[in-house]
This record gives sequence, C-alpha cells and structure tokens, in this order.
Amino acid sequence: MKVNLLKTDDSLLRRIMNESGQPVNLCFQCRKCSAGCPMIDEFDFPPNMVMRMIQLGRREELLASKAIWMCVSCETCGARCPNGIEIAPVMDCLRAECLEEGVIPADKTAVGLHTAFTDNVKVFGRLHEATMLMLFKLRDKKISKDDIELGVKLLLRGKIPLLPRRSKDLQKIRELFKDSGR
Amino acid sequence: MSETFSYYPGCTSHSTAVEYIDSCGEVLSALGIETKELPDWCCCGAASAHNLSRTLALGLSAFNIREAQREKADLLIPCAGCYNNLSRADNALRHDPEMRAHLEKALGFSYTGEIRMLSIVDLLAREELRPAIRARIQKPLTGLKVVCYYGCMLVRPAGITGIDDPENPVRLDTIMADLGAQVIDWSCKTDCCGGDLGMSHGKKTKELVNGIVDYAVAAGADCLVTSCALCQMNVDSRQNRIPIVFFTEMMAEAFQIGNRKRWWKKHINNPAHLFKDR
Repeated sequence: MKVNLLKTDDSLLRRIMNESGQPVNLCFQCRKCSAGCPMIDEFDFPPNMVMRMIQLGRREELLASKAIWMCVSCETCGARCPNGIEIAPVMDCLRAECLEEGVIPADKTAVGLHTAFTDNVKVFGRLHEATMLMLFKLRDKKISKDDIELGVKLLLRGKIPLLPRRSKDLQKIRELFKDSGR
Repeated sequence: MSETFSYYPGCTSHSTAVEYIDSCGEVLSALGIETKELPDWCCCGAASAHNLSRTLALGLSAFNIREAQREKADLLIPCAGCYNNLSRADNALRHDPEMRAHLEKALGFSYTGEIRMLSIVDLLAREELRPAIRARIQKPLTGLKVVCYYGCMLVRPAGITGIDDPENPVRLDTIMADLGAQVIDWSCKTDCCGGDLGMSHGKKTKELVNGIVDYAVAAGADCLVTSCALCQMNVDSRQNRIPIVFFTEMMAEAFQIGNRKRWWKKHINNPAHLFKDR
C-alpha cells in the first residue's frame, strides 16, 4: 500500500499521546515490543504495527482490532522500548475509544470479563468471585471442561467463598462508577 | 522495627490467595512489624477496570489512598496487582494535576502525598531486615531448589514499581538465599502468565504457563516461588508438574510458624512433599 505522509491525519496520534502521556510519535519500528510480546500470537496487528497505525491515523481498523483486547498490559514492551513508550496505557485509550464509539469489540469474551468484573465491584465494592464468574460464564456461553474442573477444585479448597464481603462506603464507590460512565 | 503500616489486604485475601495473606500476617508479626488493616477499602480495579476506563481504575485505587491518608501511615500491600494499581494511582495524584483535581473532587478529599505505597516484597527485602530474618530461622530451607517468579505487576513499569531491575529482579532471590534455599538462575523471572485472561482465555493461559514451567523444570527447580496472587493462581491451576509457593509461605516454613499444612492444602499442586524429611 502506498501511504502519502503529507495527507496523513494526525488527530488520532495527537489525541492518544495526550490521553496516554506516551510519546507514540517516537516509534521508529525497531520491533522490540513485538519480539517480546507474550500475546502476539493472538494479535491481528503486532504492537509495532499498532504504533504505526496510530501515527497514520488508521482509527477504524484499530478500534475493530483484536490486538487491543488481547493485550494483557504486562508491559514487557514498555520495559524494552528504546523510545520509552509504554504500550499498555496506549491500548487502554484505544479500548476506551472502541467502547465509547460503540464499535463492536473484536473479542467479546475479554470485554465480557472486564464488564462482569467491574459490575461485581460496583455491587459489593470488592470482588466476589463466585457471582462474578457465574455471571460472566453464563453471558459468555463458553464454558469448557477445564473451567468446570478448575471451579470444583477451587471450591473444594475453600478458595471461592459463597458469601460476598462488602466495602462500607458503597455510595462513594458507585459515584466513582457513575463519574466514569461505567 | 518500630514503624506501623496501614495494610491493604486486597480481594484475594479471603479467596484465591488466602494462604498468601495468612502467611504474610504470620511473617510480619514474627518480625515485629505492626500493621493495621484499612478501616474501609475497595477493589483496586485489578486487571479489569483500566481496560474499560482509566478514570474508574484510578478512582478505585485512589479511594484506598484516601483511606490510607486518613490513617496517616504508609500503605503496605501484599498483592503485586494491587501494588501496581495503587502505585499508578499515587503516581497520577502526584504528577498529573488535572487527574488529581478530578479524583480529589470525585472522592471529596485533598491529596497530601505524605504517605507512600509499599510492596511487602520491598519491605521484607530491606537490607536492615536481613539480620532479623536470619535470626528467626528455625529450620533453613537447605537442599530446596527454587526459582523465583516475579511476573509483571511487581516489576513493570519500573518507574511506577520501583523494582531493582525490570529484566532481572533479585529481591525474592535474596530472601530465599537468606533462608538457605538453593536459588537457581532461570529465564522466566518476569514472563507473563496471561494475567486476568486466565479467566476468559484459559487455553492461551495454559500455553503461557506451561512455557514458564518448562523452563522451571529444565532448570531443576523443586518449586516456583512468587509474590503475585494472580501468577500463583494461573501457574498452579494450569499444570501438574511443579508446585508454586508464596514467598511468605517459604519464610513461615523456615521460621516454623503458622498453620502451614492448612495453607499447603489450599494449593492445587500441594507442596507438602517439599518440606518433609528435609
């Protein structure tokens, strides 16, 4: 593909740099990020390409990408980047923009997990694994034999308590959710 | 040590990492380190909140910083994930005036920056604590071959976590060596276990975990030693070749304190055989 750099739209680059605080413009494609990324086999675009796509303003493809949801924010890339770019906060910006713009996420399972998790914290203030996992798996409709076996093992070891524990100032916690639009 | 710390146990303290928090409590009190649990605390947002909203993730962690500030004592955090999130929020409050103003308004407090976030690994690896740790040893871990597994959250980004070396951290190694264990050098100290996607993408997590365990086994280790609740859960639950033990369980074993047999039964790969007939 031929790219005309004079006609490149840099509004995405400027916005992401501002929101994430990361110097994405400095990426010169050394690919250290992609060499060390543990999740790269699950990405449709490797991290170095994500950086380039931001520079080129390829917004639609990025927001619809699987890469933004498969990044686990391990920051291996950030620790090795010669230009000091931490990619995890950049991915956070792209994820937030995907949800805000109503783009259908490429990996609904990952979004489902994060939603079930935060919804659970909204109710109790603290995580209650039993209700969170049950609701997540029911909505996701993908329960594997491994999941069930693991659930039983954890229950038998008393690692998934049946009763939740709550924070005291739940009102303030719910205000935080409301304030962030979640 | 005369310092008293506020204490943030985190959600896994009464669920998937109960043996970690119990052993932390035993080790801290054996060393005379006083802690006081925050009167109120909430989830730090874990590995999920930041994926949906940075403001929410920072807000949840800042809620706990507000509580710690009221207690006027540095906040001691055992879980690596909680430590990472709370440190990120503290960093934002300290260096991002816009976010600070937003969080102060949302939470109705004024950030002073007087209290610090402290991971339990960083506390227990302090040079001045080493004589006290050595003095408490009843039964050294002689003959045990261990690899230390730090994972991501305690380590990266180094500017947030304050780790000694993001590619080759040594604080857990130093503690294990002081306890008499044979610490083996290996390649996967800071490799990712798959994190929270262990709950949603089990197949991928299994692949990552087994890659890490391959190296631990090849290095000749008897067990992995960790300080991260999520690493422990993922590594313990996705393979059956080698146990993964919390570093405070190892300390409790060397000190011969706490209800260790009960903790070992909490593991999927029970480490009891490591500690018999040594």
